[in-house]
Amino acid sequence: MQKTIVLTSALCGFGLAAQAQNQEVNVVSWGGAYERSQVEAYNIPFAKKTGIKVNMLAADNPATPLKAQVEAGNITGDVFDIEVSDAIRLCDEGALVEIDPADLPPAPDGTPAAEDFIPGALRECAVANIFWGTVIAFDTTKFGDNPPATAADFFDLEKFPGKRGLPRNPKRTLYLALIADGVAADAIYDTLDTPEGVDRAFARLDTIKNDVVWWDAGAQPVQLLADGEVSMATGYNGRFFDAMVSEGKPFQIIWDGQYMDLDMFAIPKGSPNPEAAMAYLKFATDTQRLADQARYIAYGPSRKSSAALVGLYQDGKTEMGPHMPTNPEHMTTAVMDDPEWWADHDAEMVERFNAWLAN
Amino acid sequence: MAHSLDPQGAAVTASEIAPEGPLRTADGQPLARALARSQARARRQAFLLVLPLLLFVLITFVVPIGQMLQRSVKNDGFSANMPQISAWFAENPPGTEPDAAAWQALALDLQAAAEARSIGVVGTRINYDMPGTRSLFTSAGRQVRRGIEPPYREKLLEMDEDWADPQLWSVMRQASTPYTANFYLAAMDMTRDEAGNIVRVEEQQRVYLMLFMRTLWLSLLITFTTFVLGFPVAHLLATLPMRKSNLLMILVLLPFWTSLLVRTTAWMVLLQQQGVINDVFVWLGIINDSQRLQMIYNQTGTIIAMTHILLPFMILPLYSVMRTINPSYVRAARSLGATSWTAFRRIYFPQTLPGLGAGALLVFILAVGYYITPALVGGSSGQLISNLIAMHMTRTLNWSMAAALAAMLLGGVLILYWLYDRLVGIDNLKLG
Repeated sequence: MQKTIVLTSALCGFGLAAQAQNQEVNVVSWGGAYERSQVEAYNIPFAKKTGIKVNMLAADNPATPLKAQVEAGNITGDVFDIEVSDAIRLCDEGALVEIDPADLPPAPDGTPAAEDFIPGALRECAVANIFWGTVIAFDTTKFGDNPPATAADFFDLEKFPGKRGLPRNPKRTLYLALIADGVAADAIYDTLDTPEGVDRAFARLDTIKNDVVWWDAGAQPVQLLADGEVSMATGYNGRFFDAMVSEGKPFQIIWDGQYMDLDMFAIPKGSPNPEAAMAYLKFATDTQRLADQARYIAYGPSRKSSAALVGLYQDGKTEMGPHMPTNPEHMTTAVMDDPEWWADHDAEMVERFNAWLAN
Repeated sequence: MAHSLDPQGAAVTASEIAPEGPLRTADGQPLARALARSQARARRQAFLLVLPLLLFVLITFVVPIGQMLQRSVKNDGFSANMPQISAWFAENPPGTEPDAAAWQALALDLQAAAEARSIGVVGTRINYDMPGTRSLFTSAGRQVRRGIEPPYREKLLEMDEDWADPQLWSVMRQASTPYTANFYLAAMDMTRDEAGNIVRVEEQQRVYLMLFMRTLWLSLLITFTTFVLGFPVAHLLATLPMRKSNLLMILVLLPFWTSLLVRTTAWMVLLQQQGVINDVFVWLGIINDSQRLQMIYNQTGTIIAMTHILLPFMILPLYSVMRTINPSYVRAARSLGATSWTAFRRIYFPQTLPGLGAGALLVFILAVGYYITPALVGGSSGQLISNLIAMHMTRTLNWSMAAALAAMLLGGVLILYWLYDRLVGIDNLKLG
């Protein structure tokens, strides 16, 4: 014990260790199983190592309180777990602290952080912790010997009868319609950039519109599938994994046409504990911590060096590799989120999507 | 002292001893002044008593609504961060071709905004009126952050030819003053064309007016169904013997005390296609297993769940009014030869109107602003305008738009309230 304390002080420098006695850091994240994975993998070891208390706060989308706090000029959170598009937008608006990749810890073999992170995972004001996928899952008891296997099957109501669960937003529906329509994964945003491409996506969605149950919260698609209300649904891969492995539900994931997104840590300017916030961010995004998180939830670490350290799920027997959205086999037809495109077109698409839904 | 300030005591004394000149109190002060002073003190005390509530309402209600209303017409994201080009727009009338001075102002503003990291705010503001332009600003900002040299026009056009788009200049001109009505236009499915004329947006983008109408129509329908369902229950409550009516009252109040989310989720369990009601229908053989009814995730779901949730707000005011109705009036009507229908229609029902008015107004106003229930059980056809307000608050983060929609909803409710006052009279309201 004595040794740990000495080591810790040496690591953090005497000044920080002395201060750390009554320091704390407020981290705003998404709640649920995801938050639990962060508490286990980041917060508990961080508190043990530095003595800084971590307060975990849950929000439906942490970007909402962040924006509200910036608008009100009263920042109470130190670290926010937000989506890339929000990170870029808030950074452009000058609300976030800039983060120099050189300050982040290198990989265990000495590779600097700037090269260790997967491209796109480091932004001017934010550092990614996980990759997560929006994927199709289906109920294996519904389709017998001839189960669906592609995004096109999702739109085939004759061969694969039953309702479909889709999120009520354009970002995670339009791409799927285009993939099913035969557009290549890397051409999605070029297609969406033209009015004809958008029409094409909506035309494809039209074919199943009457058989869609729309969901808003991440827990809903799992519930809809479990209730038998829908036979196929798209949702977050970690949630489906949780239902399949922890609860033993008869679901199967189709990785074809998965939509990949990143969650990032960002620190707002004017946060109450800036030093503790930066220390937390550096600690939570080091190689070991990112790999540890995968023990608790099936989201892919954003560092290349973490992949080798990912082992078994907390049940001690499930190999995590095949369940990761970052598994090379799952990446072949994956659509990467294009935050710049969405920053430009989100409002326009949301309006058109809502008009389409309502009519 | 206390005696001399007592207005009544003072008046009596004054009239007894000073019949001539201005009335005076016992200690010689003019009565009017003493009276005014004592009344002022009473008023001050009364004011101090209501002060906590007044402050509470002011801080939690009036100020936020005021801020929201201001936000719906004010957005200085462009004008505050792009001062030079805004000044150029102010000096030159609409229709002026951008000259060298304009391009210089634009380029230098872009550079300054990029340095100050406010370029994102500028881009977001313009993007509201002209989708797809946010990246134009942010990417130009990245390129000019370290400085930009003349010729400015050519440099900017080299980065992106869209900088010469006349519509972009028209939109920038509109955004160059902090106050704008554009958010209200957008909330009515309208926009401005290149020349600044107000036109309707393309058909595939029209959504708000339709949702306002749907919100109004569904709220009226839900008010009506709560009336039809609640009136007999309230009558039973008011006329049954005490023990039975107490039991019935608990049945009415129990769901009222249950969490809104729990009740909404319960309806999902009951109504969904694999749910209890469909299961019972299939078991009874009323419908085939393959033809299960779609009763949720559409308008029907919204109507059923909201009617149930708002029912107590209709029953309780009706009940409180019905209890005070003297049963001998109806008996008298019957004994004078009225049929039971006539007695109900002409004697009983008019007396319940104050409760009905209060219940209907409560249910209607609550229904107009509902959003959790339609979000959960409304599917696509059961969404209300409040769901879009919530979306603009939390997803697109366009608070000005959310404020404009909310202000229109507020205005609509106030108009209906005024109509109600004119037609029925707000004095006739009886809440309990």
